[in-house]
Amino acid sequence: MTASHDTFSEKMADAAIRATPEPLAVRVRGLSDRAIAWLFIAPTIVLLLAINIFPLFWAIYLSFTNFRANRPNAVVQNVGLGNYSRILNDPDIWASMQTTAHFVFWTIVLQTLIGFALAYLIDRKFRGHAFWTTLILIPMMLSPAVVGNFWRFLYEPQIGLFAYAVSFVSGIPTSDIQMLGNVHLAPWAIIIVDTWMWTPYVMLICLAGLRSIPDYIYEAAEVDRASPWRQFWSITVPMALPFIMLAVLFRGIENFKMFDMVNLLTGGGPGSTTEVASIALKRDAFEAWATGRSSAFAIVLFVAVFGLANIYVKALNKVKQR
Amino acid sequence: MSSAKSAATATASSAHSVVEPSPTSKRVAGAIVILYALITLVPLVWIFLTSIKSPPDSISYPPKILFTPSLEGYCNLFTTRTRQTPDYIAALPPPSGVCDAVTRERNMVIAGASNFLPRFANSLIIAFGSTFLAVSLGTLAAYGFSRFKVPLADDLLFFILSTRMMPPIAVAIPIYLMYRQLGLSDTALGMMLLYTAVNVSLAVWLLKGFIDEIPREYEEAAMIDGYTRLQAFFKVVLPQATTGIAATAIFCLIFAWNEYAFASLLTSGSAQTAPPFIPTIIGEGGQDWPAVAAGTTIFLVPILVFTILLRKQLLRGITFGAVRK
Repeated sequence: MTASHDTFSEKMADAAIRATPEPLAVRVRGLSDRAIAWLFIAPTIVLLLAINIFPLFWAIYLSFTNFRANRPNAVVQNVGLGNYSRILNDPDIWASMQTTAHFVFWTIVLQTLIGFALAYLIDRKFRGHAFWTTLILIPMMLSPAVVGNFWRFLYEPQIGLFAYAVSFVSGIPTSDIQMLGNVHLAPWAIIIVDTWMWTPYVMLICLAGLRSIPDYIYEAAEVDRASPWRQFWSITVPMALPFIMLAVLFRGIENFKMFDMVNLLTGGGPGSTTEVASIALKRDAFEAWATGRSSAFAIVLFVAVFGLANIYVKALNKVKQR
Repeated sequence: MSSAKSAATATASSAHSVVEPSPTSKRVAGAIVILYALITLVPLVWIFLTSIKSPPDSISYPPKILFTPSLEGYCNLFTTRTRQTPDYIAALPPPSGVCDAVTRERNMVIAGASNFLPRFANSLIIAFGSTFLAVSLGTLAAYGFSRFKVPLADDLLFFILSTRMMPPIAVAIPIYLMYRQLGLSDTALGMMLLYTAVNVSLAVWLLKGFIDEIPREYEEAAMIDGYTRLQAFFKVVLPQATTGIAATAIFCLIFAWNEYAFASLLTSGSAQTAPPFIPTIIGEGGQDWPAVAAGTTIFLVPILVFTILLRKQLLRGITFGAVRK
């Protein structure tokens, strides 16, 4: 194994040197560390500038215009802050923000509670816990789009397994379990799928938190005759807190951006009850083709995620330092 | 270990133990976790079961757990069919394969291949291409950040990470316009570049962690032996980082494989990947669920294998290297 690595990397190194023109090769050999550092980092930065930053600035420019991507030849006018004031005064946009907040809040609450409980139980190290942990992790690795699409089938009121199982347990007739058709149930339909997919994620990070607590702290607490309840609240929870907060941060950012699963499961419906921000944005940008206005919306969203994440990271660092 | 001994005495004397949980609490914990695991796997098992049901079995009420397996879902996934009269079908030569026979039972004949294979191939090409690019760029940049004093290194690293915070739809608007100008709309190359840009942030952060763990002394020793910095990188650092590079590659691969938002907005035909394609599989009178389930099963199996291979590195990958064990 190692021999083959050696010859492979040797060939790569030789090839890299041979590929350089003669006068340059002399310089490559003596290339300063500083030059190598930039040579190595520059391609990544250039790619990100081209594919992320340049489009971002373009979007900022468009957000001040009335440009429509489906009418590329129309005269583009500068509308100043018009798009922004329309976005911030649009009740539909605020409704989509509220839908997003509802979705983010409940997914985080459920995933944190269930994820932490599972991690705590797995940390009891029962026989076969590694095997069952791996099985629990599977849903989070799968494509939210492809799996979310299949949940549409599970949620079918007449033929779906979900409605059947709920009806079997609760006695409610399946025709009343219109998870995707009922305006009160649809927001919960997407929360259930997201919780099903991502609880393992929170669980895994919490598990790392629990395992990072050294045994001697519990031993000392035992000597002091602290009750298990007391140990849980004064040792386990505070020491695992930075990990829990990290999981909440990642889930919060991801779900704020949520698009794929919801788009396939409900498409924002029924009506606009599950129209989270990204779905509203997609409708505005790629169905109404209001490119200028939707760019302004995109910038507002980006600033919101970025701002909230920054504030949160500061709080996280404070908890860590404690 | 002393913990085993203390556990034994704990069960004898008091209910709660020091570090090792009591056998009862272990059993209860195990039972709850196993119950959760079994419930959480039901939707996945159901996908597989639906894929081997016949269409009438798949939509029966109550849902069928026992049924005669059928390959119809897989046949429908890979083919397009047209309806024919029973007389026409009776006049045909005997069916040449399972799918032929299954299709004829529904009074249909196979008209040709469906778009599933080309879409699946697109997914493979784009996922592997972008992974290769992201990991190559990421390894170089990670080495640069790990070993050299780069001015504003923390700011650059944070910039690289922050590109990941943008909602994909927000990025998609200008990308859509830019690709239209450059002729990259609906091309595999365009999707590869886009996924590379998304994945490179993950690759840099993960690989920097892995390379940080390789002692600098290895390269320094090699350089004293007459290696240049570049040779030391290729011959000493890269082989040491193989595990990290492989784990990173798998994470990038999974992202590109699963991605839907960009794919659904920026591809429509020749470069469309499997995730936007699978939901569009329809039969007569609505979604052909066994075929959708068959496509989903084929699509998910590689990820299942990777998840099991990766289980030790999973934590690191999903937290951008923030949590290591």
